[in-house]
Amino acid sequence: MKFRERLAQGEFVITCEAAPPKGADTKEALENVRRLASLVHAFNVTDLQSSVVRMSSWALCALIQREGFESILQVTCRDRNRLALQADLLGAWALGIENVLALTGDYPTLGDHPQAKPVFDLDSVQLIALIQALNSGKDLAGNELSGKTDFFVGAVINPAADPLEPHLLRLRLKVELGARFVQTQAVFDPDAFVRFAQKAEPFRVPILAGIIPLKSAKMARFMNENIAGIRVPEELIREMEGAKTAEDRKKRSVEICARIIRKVRPYCQGVHLMPMGWEELVPEILELAGLS
Amino acid sequence: MLVSTLKPKEEILGYLRDGERVFLVACGGCAEVCEAGGEKALEELRSVLEASGHPVVGGKVLPFLCNKALVGIGLSRVSAKVEEAEALLVAACGVGVQTVAAVLEKPVFPASNTLTYGAFQGVWPSEERCARCGECILAYTGGICPLTVCPKGLLHGPCGGSYRGECEVERGRPCGWQRIYDRLEKIGRLDLFMRFKPPKDRQKELDVPLSRRKSIFWALEYTEEEE
Repeated sequence: MKFRERLAQGEFVITCEAAPPKGADTKEALENVRRLASLVHAFNVTDLQSSVVRMSSWALCALIQREGFESILQVTCRDRNRLALQADLLGAWALGIENVLALTGDYPTLGDHPQAKPVFDLDSVQLIALIQALNSGKDLAGNELSGKTDFFVGAVINPAADPLEPHLLRLRLKVELGARFVQTQAVFDPDAFVRFAQKAEPFRVPILAGIIPLKSAKMARFMNENIAGIRVPEELIREMEGAKTAEDRKKRSVEICARIIRKVRPYCQGVHLMPMGWEELVPEILELAGLS
Repeated sequence: MLVSTLKPKEEILGYLRDGERVFLVACGGCAEVCEAGGEKALEELRSVLEASGHPVVGGKVLPFLCNKALVGIGLSRVSAKVEEAEALLVAACGVGVQTVAAVLEKPVFPASNTLTYGAFQGVWPSEERCARCGECILAYTGGICPLTVCPKGLLHGPCGGSYRGECEVERGRPCGWQRIYDRLEKIGRLDLFMRFKPPKDRQKELDVPLSRRKSIFWALEYTEEEE
């Protein structure tokens, strides 16, 4: 069953992030995908996450599809104008990619090529409108296309945004324009997530809660300092600090993830795992959370 | 000099609610030189509004709308009329519209599009306020320009990197969209936040139409170059 059908039928879905390689070698990325394929419903492929240069998202999506698994293409507005966005989306559809997650994208100065020209010709709200145009058989200028797409479009939000209100309005606009699922930034504060989910309930759109396993207290602090939109509460950082050995850290990390998933599960329709190199922990996390 | 041109009347009327009482402000600086300010613009706007049933409670030409102090003083002299208005319509460059919005807690709408600064930027010290995009959207953003306050130039609210009113690009830099949200909430116009704004027409950033180049300043520069 396709990702979109599972969501339509009210099934609880599990997606996992797959990062394209920093380089031309796809061996490790595809090994991770194969290892987790039986546990998740789709792989969500990042688009130059944190503005760091990597292989393009659509390329890894196409390779994942070729392996027989489903992919979700992340598309940002950071480095493509409306011409390139449309070209890449049409190409992605031709390669068998049916799901798109529309994002604004981080600012280029946050990445490893801070000298790059920021594009942002469109914002993520307009990107969703653009995808609807392609789905209706027209380009953004209203020209007829030979063959239309039928993308299933998702939007993102940071459930811990503070204040939340402007982000909620923006999300409502995205849903009104055709976003059919919502994927959240990493959840570390389940109470904040529940507050968000209750406020987003009237939008009647399935929400996938983002989950990142913490590798260490140091990593948590690094994310707080450097990753846009992520805030790990101090008590979780202290919990990780209590772990002295590598094994202990993994164990605690799995416990924290499973605990968060169990708390948010009644308020969402899926989880989106972002293992960031700790793919080996995914089976344990899902098992402890009661999802496998 | 900032070159501006009056918007089509349909667009201006589209900002206003039925029968909304309006106070007009026109700039007597660059905008007047471009024939998009001064008494001429004031009269033109007055007749457009009155013909469509919007009472004009007053109007004022102020010398340089880019100067916040002058604007504050100028408007305080007509404060009773301004108080009576439900919205203000400003014939000026984007800087001028933002100056008026900054001194009042009322909806402030742009009557003009700003096309270019030529070689000189409007004098509101310390910050770039207008991106001379040629299709001013200050009407929907509480009189704060998202193209200059948001590094990404977003048109529909803050990105995921905005946190506690701070921008993801630089610590300590205020999130422009948080400012816009707060302002729209304060003037009771969050409905404007929810309006879909189509992708911007970037052609308008590229060139200034010939008709707009005919100011005395353009003429002066061109003559100098030819000599």
